[in-house]
Amino acid sequence: MDLSSLYVKEGRAISRAKGSLLVAESIPGIKFNEIVDVQLGNGEVKGGQAIDISKEATIVQVFGGVSEVDLARTKIRYKGETLKLPVSVDILGRIFNGMGEPIDGGPRVVAEDYLDINGEPINPTLRQPPAEFIETGISAIDGLNALVRGQKLPIFSGSGLPHNRIVAQIIRQATVKGREERFAIVFAALGISYDDASFFMRNLERTGALERAVAFINTASDPVIERISTPRLALTAAEYLAWKQDMHVLVILTDMTNYCEALRELSSMREEIPSRRGYPGYMYTDLATMYERAGRISQKKGSVTIMPILTMPDDDITHPIPDLTGYITEGQIVLSRNLERKGIYPPIDVFLSLSRMIKEGIGPGKTREDHNNVFMQSYAAYAEGCYLREISTIIGAEALGERDKTYLTNADEFEKKFIAQGEREKRTIEDTLDIAWELFSALPEEDLKLIKEEFIKKYLPKYRG
Amino acid sequence: MGKIWRVSGPLVIADDMKGSQVYEVVEIGEEGLVGEIVGLEGDRAIIQAHEDTLGLEIGEVVIGTGRILSVELGPGLVGSIYDGLQKSLLALGEDIGPFIKRGVKASALPRDKKWQFIPEVRIGDAVSQGDIIGIVPETNLIEHKIMVPAGIKGTIKEIRKGDYTVEEPVAWVEHDGEVKELTMMQRWPVRKPRPYKQRLDPSGLLTTGMRILDYMFPLALGGKASIPGGFGTGKTVALQQLARWAQTHLNIYVGCGERGNEMADVLYSFRQLKDPNTGRLLQEKEIFLANTSNMPVVAREASIFVGITMAEYFRDMGYDILLVADSTSRWAEAMREMSGRLEEMPGEEGFPSYMGSRLSSFYERAGMVECVGNPERKGSVTVAGAVSPPGADFSEPVTQNTLRIIDALYSLDVSLANKRHFPAISWLTSYSLYVDAVKDWWNERDPGWENTRASALRVLQQEAELEEIVRLVGPEALPESDKLLLLIARMIREDFLQQSAYHEVDTYCVPAKAGLMLKTIMKFYELAQEMLNSGVGIESIRSSPVVYRISRMKDIPNENFEQSVGELWSEMEQIMVNPKH
Repeated sequence: MDLSSLYVKEGRAISRAKGSLLVAESIPGIKFNEIVDVQLGNGEVKGGQAIDISKEATIVQVFGGVSEVDLARTKIRYKGETLKLPVSVDILGRIFNGMGEPIDGGPRVVAEDYLDINGEPINPTLRQPPAEFIETGISAIDGLNALVRGQKLPIFSGSGLPHNRIVAQIIRQATVKGREERFAIVFAALGISYDDASFFMRNLERTGALERAVAFINTASDPVIERISTPRLALTAAEYLAWKQDMHVLVILTDMTNYCEALRELSSMREEIPSRRGYPGYMYTDLATMYERAGRISQKKGSVTIMPILTMPDDDITHPIPDLTGYITEGQIVLSRNLERKGIYPPIDVFLSLSRMIKEGIGPGKTREDHNNVFMQSYAAYAEGCYLREISTIIGAEALGERDKTYLTNADEFEKKFIAQGEREKRTIEDTLDIAWELFSALPEEDLKLIKEEFIKKYLPKYRG
Repeated sequence: MGKIWRVSGPLVIADDMKGSQVYEVVEIGEEGLVGEIVGLEGDRAIIQAHEDTLGLEIGEVVIGTGRILSVELGPGLVGSIYDGLQKSLLALGEDIGPFIKRGVKASALPRDKKWQFIPEVRIGDAVSQGDIIGIVPETNLIEHKIMVPAGIKGTIKEIRKGDYTVEEPVAWVEHDGEVKELTMMQRWPVRKPRPYKQRLDPSGLLTTGMRILDYMFPLALGGKASIPGGFGTGKTVALQQLARWAQTHLNIYVGCGERGNEMADVLYSFRQLKDPNTGRLLQEKEIFLANTSNMPVVAREASIFVGITMAEYFRDMGYDILLVADSTSRWAEAMREMSGRLEEMPGEEGFPSYMGSRLSSFYERAGMVECVGNPERKGSVTVAGAVSPPGADFSEPVTQNTLRIIDALYSLDVSLANKRHFPAISWLTSYSLYVDAVKDWWNERDPGWENTRASALRVLQQEAELEEIVRLVGPEALPESDKLLLLIARMIREDFLQQSAYHEVDTYCVPAKAGLMLKTIMKFYELAQEMLNSGVGIESIRSSPVVYRISRMKDIPNENFEQSVGELWSEMEQIMVNPKH
């Protein structure tokens, strides 16, 4: 980092180099977990982190491994402080690497402040419960899994599924009803391919969102260790924009699976005792310290909303990465290969998907009075239809009763009309709810048990005339 | 005064620590991070830091405080919101704003607030540990009883009525010529269970307002329950419902390693919601511990023990307390992390081998007891802990170790949650061993309880068996009587077990209403069977207007329920006995 080159100190006397670890003698003044430079005998400089310090030894993990380290000439250069991000409003429109250095050819940011990239926990008593509905224009999200400001809502995807297109659509369309406010997008690319990263950057550029965006790019070929700091830099930037600049910030982190792989790689090199499938036992906490930076704070105008993307290895939702994420985030949008095969875009599995904040974000004054009832009834009807679909694969649809057949057809219609929509189609929440009502009219009216009678009289197409 | 010798994550080793004791609280570094000594080797102390150690440096100072990790007990607890180490988060918010910096301090009980102390004993009375010497009306719902702390006995030499802070003396006790001052505040080490005269069996229903608990799988006062479930199955909502509506004197909500937004939501809602029996705000009978997942890992263990110690303290006043902990898995993970750093031999899945005994040392502090001291009184602590099994796989060590200790299991089912059946408590795999303990309670109010409960559970069991046949031959191929059974099972599931936490009426269902609801469905079953026998088809039973009326029973307020359901019954008998009408 730029500011501190003046303060660099050096330590030598390295006694052991193995895997990615360097063991040096005790280094006075080095801070626990600080990022250091390891200067090799040939002048090359590698990054590293002080992961264990004591009066006997200092253990430094070297990013990219200890190849070409020689014990006699290698030096550890350290600053005596932890990684900080220089911030000011000028970061908007800029692109940085995983160490927070600009890579867009522009000048260094003239810092207004230097922020610790680990942030500080928000006092729960001063959090404001998220309650502002974000209209994404996508029915399966707005209608059934509503996103609200300050929420952390990941997308659980699988390789080859169109998560990037869905996120791009959300970025293009997302608005909060009836409000024009300052908003920003913080984008962190974590170990994704250059192509995927440039897809997002082009998209931001095309929609004119680039000048309100900050990007931190760590592609698949960049150092693994920087993958650990990249999302933290992004969140630090987001917090600055939200809490200091009163902006509503949407943070996109993609792909968190790569982040977790990096965490596992570093952990195993540190010879830590692994937990499930070799991932470190502290992965829950590690992810939580990032995701928990989402939120709203009372008396502050801004907000941080986080939308991480992760690809479930082998589409397995019980894999430790989606599993631990699901325990931290406030719901998840799950993509389904089945729907994708049926040609449905966006292929959102509404059963596995969930928004824990939906109750706070919808209803009169926020979306529409009937939203909650419509949401419950849609689930019940679609669940029934899917159950019958499952049975009918064995016994054949003909063996079903009339009522059951209605539900079966309804489930198909639901997927075609409600879930499916165009990539450029922006539905208002009213459009979304009206489509649901349209579908309800095919069902027996007395089955609409989850909807208040007054709403049935008001919104069911046959009463609307 | 010691010095940092080594730092590795939450593990700190300090030398020059001669004279320290294990579990002593220390302050680490310039910022004074809180830590706890977990081991001593010569003059070196092994410390677990309860705050983030990032940026510490070799040679920074470590100061022993001379006391074991303990909590402050006294007026001011009720309605408070603490972090895992009992720092007042409200006070911190006022002092330093929305972000919690490391090393900040805030005392648990407000020092400047004056409480009205009303003596209950007179000068010359002999008192000893646990005796109630006075009361403080702390909130409208909780009368805080001031008890003689451990190790003090003698005769009251002086006692003062009036307004005092927790640090000012209110009574003087003389023993063997020595006079000791008593204040309204005392301390208690969190890892040491508070004493009682005698342990009693759990008895009496802990009314929760949740039908599936109260009626089907009851929890007794002084019991221990566990709620395991994969993510999205509604653990947190279920625990919040418990903490909201449980008819105890005081509830303690421990958010251990969970979401900040959820905690904010809990705090916010408790400032709005009213207790159904007293009409007072819920926060007047609630203590919160919020150690969110991004707060330091090691403090998760502290938060659990801080919570249970406060619960025991109020139990000792003769109250019934419910403590809910969300989630014990996060605490177990913290144990695993620390154990790994200490290079202990790992047990299953890397958890330390002592995890089981640590979990027991928490759950076993639940119970109904005869309290120490005069006047004689009984109190209880009921514990409900959430477990978050990875991949919703209940065979993992935390769930399995918990199952060995608890007596009521509310197992949350992912497939129910996916169908949005809430609470997603599985009626097939949950159990309660407190059925006998609450039998008398229920029989006094609802003599048919055991039978109705058993026959409803039987219907659900039969449904599960039929379900397998339906998958092979289809629902239309079943005999009429089985179709009816499926209809009834569905009514039990949807119209009785499903309960909305967000519906203004349905969120809290009094046991009497729950009983009548289920009886109505079973009565319907009885009448419908008669109809089938007399040749009426299942289709006309299914489309009977009564079915619709039954499905709307939930929305009828508790107060008018008996009357409304009476009308429903006479209508039911009229329509169904004479279907021609």
